[in-house]
Amino acid sequence: MEQTISFTINDEQRTMVIHPGQSLLELIREDLGLTGAKQGCGVGECGACAVLVNGQAVDSCLYLAAWADGKTVVTVEGLSQYGELTNMQKAFVEGGAVQCGFCTPGIIMTATEMEARDRNYTEADIKRALSGHLCRCTGYTKIVEATKKGLENVGKCSCDHE
Amino acid sequence: MFDIAKYYEAKTLEDALSYLKANPDVRVIAGGTDVLLRIREGKISNAHLMGISFIFALKTITEDEQGNLHIGPMMTFTAIEENEIILKHIPILAEAVGAIGGPQIRNVATIGGNVCNGATSADSASSLFCLNARLKIQTADSSRLVPISEFYVGPGKVILQPGELVTDIIIEKKDYDGYTGTYKKFAQRSAMDIATIGCAVILKHDGKTISDIRIGLGVAAPTPIRCTDAENIGRGMTISPENIDAMAKATITNMRARDSWRGSKTFREHLVYELTKRAVKKLVGLPEEE
Repeated sequence: MEQTISFTINDEQRTMVIHPGQSLLELIREDLGLTGAKQGCGVGECGACAVLVNGQAVDSCLYLAAWADGKTVVTVEGLSQYGELTNMQKAFVEGGAVQCGFCTPGIIMTATEMEARDRNYTEADIKRALSGHLCRCTGYTKIVEATKKGLENVGKCSCDHE
Repeated sequence: MFDIAKYYEAKTLEDALSYLKANPDVRVIAGGTDVLLRIREGKISNAHLMGISFIFALKTITEDEQGNLHIGPMMTFTAIEENEIILKHIPILAEAVGAIGGPQIRNVATIGGNVCNGATSADSASSLFCLNARLKIQTADSSRLVPISEFYVGPGKVILQPGELVTDIIIEKKDYDGYTGTYKKFAQRSAMDIATIGCAVILKHDGKTISDIRIGLGVAAPTPIRCTDAENIGRGMTISPENIDAMAKATITNMRARDSWRGSKTFREHLVYELTKRAVKKLVGLPEEE
C-alpha cells in the first residue's frame, strides 16, 4: 500500500511515493540521500535524527513520512546558503563544539529553532532546550557555549558571564 | 521501517468517526511517540492505523462563554506550554506537560495521546485529575462526557470502546477559578525520563486556612489517582507546617504503589509524602524544605 505526499525539503518542492511504515528519517536518508540526520537510538531519546518540520525540531525516526505531507522540512543540509555556513553553524565550528560529529546535525537543528524564536534564553533555558540530545563524546560544555554564542550573535541570549 | 500494513489519514472529525465506525480494528495514532515505539519494539505488528494529526478541529484551546476551558486532544505539549489561555487559567498544566520528555518529543506528542495511552505515569494525567477534567468521547452516532477519574480502568487500559474517539478535554471554571497549583515530578533525570512519582496539587487558601485542595498522583497506583483521604484532612485546615505534614502523611492510604526497577513501593510512598508536602508549602508560601 503506497501513498503520495508533497512537501518542501530544503527549499525544494517534492512529490514522492511513500510506504505507510516509512519514517521521515528513512525518507530523508534513503530516498533523498540526505545523510546529515542520523539514526542513533531509533526511539526518540538521542536527538541525532532531529530535523525541522514547519520550523519545529522533531525526532524524524519517530515521525511518519506521511505526516510531512504539505509541510516544510529542513535538514542540516538545507541551512547553509551559497556555501556559507549559518551563524549557529559557525558558532559550533569556531567553538570546538564538534567532536565525532554524530550528534551535531541534530543539535544544530534544535539550536537553529531556538535562534528563530522570538525570545531570550538564559543558560538554564539553553540546557533545557538541548535536553533531547545526547552527545556520547560528552562534549556538552562546548555545545552549550557554542549555542550561547550563536544566540548572543543574534541578541537572544541573556546569560551571565563569568 | 515500521510494521504498518495500512495507514489512513483522517481529514476531518466526521471522516475520522466514520472510518472508526467502518473499521473497528483500527488503532488511532496521535503524535506517535508511544504507538510508534510499541511498533518498533514489536509489541504491535502488521498495524492498521488512522492518523488524526491533520484534523484542525482537534487542535484548538478555547474558553467558552461560561469560562469553561476546552483543550483539543491533538494539542502538542509545546503548544499547551505556550498557550495564553492555559498560562492564564491553569498554569499547572503547562508546568506538567513541560516535564515530559525533551523538546523534540513535546513538539509532536499530544495531550490526548498521553491520556488515551492509559499510562499511570502520564505527566498530564495527575493535573487533569486535580482539575476534574471531563473527556468528550464521540462515535459517529453518539457522544458522552466522562470524568477523567472514570476514564482509566487499569494499567494501559482506558474505557474507550471500538469506534470511540476523545474529541475534547473540558475543564469547568468552578474547578480552576481561584485555585493555584503546581506539579512535582520525581525521576532519575531532570529531562527525558518517565516519572517515578508525579504529584499535582491545586488548592485555594487565604493565608490562614486551606479552603479546598485536590491532590492527583501518577505512578502511585495502577492508574492515576486522587488522594481523597488527604484532601479531606486538608479541606478547612489551618495552615501550619505540622498540619501540612500530617496531611501529606495521609496520602499513603489511597496509594497502591508497586515495586519496579524505577523505585520500590516504600520509596514511592516516601516520595508522595515528600512531594505533596513540598507542593502544598510552595503554594501557601512556606519554605519547601526544612
